[in-house]
Amino acid sequence: MLKLERRPEASELWRYGSPLLALLITVALGIGLFVLLGKDPVRGLQMFFWEPLKSAYALGELMVKATPLLIIALGLAVCFRSNVWNIGAEGQFVIGAVAAGGVALLADKETGRWILVAVVLAGVAGGMFWAAITAWLKDKFHANEILVSLMLVYVADMVLGYLVYGPWKDPAGYNFPQTKSFEAVTQIPRLMSGSRVSVGLILALVGVAAVWIFLFRTRSGFAQQVGGLAPSAARYAGFFFAQSFVVGAADIGWGCRPGRCFGSGGAHWATDTLHPFWLWFCGHHRGLRGALASGWHCVFSCPHEHVLHWR
Amino acid sequence: MRHPGGIPIALAEWEGLMESYALLIAATLNAGTVLAIAALGLLINEKVGVVNLGAEGMMLCAAIAGFAAVVHTGSDMMGFLAGMGAGALLGAIFGVMVIYLGTNQYATGLALSLFGVGFSAFVGITYVQEKLPPRPQFEIPFLADIPLVGSAFFKQHPLVYGVIAFVFALIWFLYKTRTGLVLRSVGESPESAHALGYSVRRIRFLAVMVGGALCGLSGAYISVVYTPLWVEGMVAGKGWIALALTTFATWRPARILLGAYLFGGVTMLQFHLQGLGVQVPSQLLSALPYLATIVVLALISRNPAWIRVNMPASLGKPFHPSS
Repeated sequence: MLKLERRPEASELWRYGSPLLALLITVALGIGLFVLLGKDPVRGLQMFFWEPLKSAYALGELMVKATPLLIIALGLAVCFRSNVWNIGAEGQFVIGAVAAGGVALLADKETGRWILVAVVLAGVAGGMFWAAITAWLKDKFHANEILVSLMLVYVADMVLGYLVYGPWKDPAGYNFPQTKSFEAVTQIPRLMSGSRVSVGLILALVGVAAVWIFLFRTRSGFAQQVGGLAPSAARYAGFFFAQSFVVGAADIGWGCRPGRCFGSGGAHWATDTLHPFWLWFCGHHRGLRGALASGWHCVFSCPHEHVLHWR
Repeated sequence: MRHPGGIPIALAEWEGLMESYALLIAATLNAGTVLAIAALGLLINEKVGVVNLGAEGMMLCAAIAGFAAVVHTGSDMMGFLAGMGAGALLGAIFGVMVIYLGTNQYATGLALSLFGVGFSAFVGITYVQEKLPPRPQFEIPFLADIPLVGSAFFKQHPLVYGVIAFVFALIWFLYKTRTGLVLRSVGESPESAHALGYSVRRIRFLAVMVGGALCGLSGAYISVVYTPLWVEGMVAGKGWIALALTTFATWRPARILLGAYLFGGVTMLQFHLQGLGVQVPSQLLSALPYLATIVVLALISRNPAWIRVNMPASLGKPFHPSS
């Protein structure tokens, strides 16, 4: 059998190489799967990797999908840097979207542009609240955050289902489980005409820089990382541990904002567009330097996103 | 108290109410068995120090494997065997990665879970509309005829009684046999077991496979007996609940069984409440098992010292034989 030897320090090559290698293996397995299914593998690869980049419109669509992933990954990066295994990002995303949608539903034709800020803030608050439940339970009761946040994902789905089938159901919607369409004034402005990319992308990229500065250039960011790497040292130094979760959650709550992009035509709360299941893995790269790298991986994983929506 | 219709009607109503409680108990036993089988498999894993977060994925793959096997062969037994095989296979893959290649147990388990969810959905596409042959009704010959108790306890699938017997067997095995002692010692202190000459990695690997097989059996039970159909994601979080169950049963088989019945009861309560006409939205009732899991998990974990005392000491930590 293989004999494993411990490296004296982590390998720089594999720090950046391992996600690339994972991507290559995925592509290889994908080719194998296509061949087994009797479909043309080259065409399949084209669909995943070339089509999204072919035209400006396609790139725009790619960015629409990438923006929420990026923002959520930023939040999760902070969490995982603090060694907090926040698997329930999907639930936080859903509740953030619910909160933002709730505020958006309050708007009518006369409401001014300010409602947009309220929608965004509501989204952040919603995500923070849902993550705060897990954080509080971990802080006060030492409950395993993996299991609690996971259970809260299912609960969040139920909450969404209740709202969409119940109080928020569109009375003119022919009994479909969807809310009223959001007023145009509540939707995030597009970045450029002809594409669905929203201002959210700019905010996401700014967020990448902000999180990097937070983690690597501020004292509290340093505290987060120490808390993750050596909790006893953190306690000795007096760093407060519990905040990490909520901070991370705030970023995740942000993620709901581009969720408004999904609702740009109308609020279709069809649950499959609201929670790509593999969000769980978005921020999982603790070994990569900086939130930038984790965001980079998230953009890279957009081809995988197309798998889900390709059916 | 004046009752319209007099005493005979009142008695009949009371009997009807009691009958509904008997059915609730029966449904609880059924639902609890699903969780119990999976949680016992996870217990065996965790007793040797390996935490397998891939329970949900394994159960889903086993569910589709079992369902497909019954669709093609018509035999329930083949379905259960197929489920156990699928679970054991995935457990073996997980075991190789975690035990021999030393990957992080939590991350690998999560990856396995995601894989299982996706793979089962993919394989199950063609099976969504399929129906199984009519399900047999089981009852124990004389005991089932007892008025209320009979329908509560004695009209269950054999596996319900099987898991109870298995709990006793597992307790005997873990705490009264030499092999069980070796297994537990691997979980508590793999270095000591290694120093004594036991092959820690092989014991861990076998335990992970057995645990996977049990999770697989639970998955097959879901798709063949519990709700005899296939839908994507039909396990609906029971794998995660089973994982939580092993923790708050403090790694004791009998407590796992009781906890499983508790959660089965909470799950079945939603239907019972709806039958009673309670006006609570169905989605919130469906969320009850998950909320109950969170509450019990929080209560149990309150005292970290107590958890540490009961937890297998090497849980989650990789072992590399230095020699």
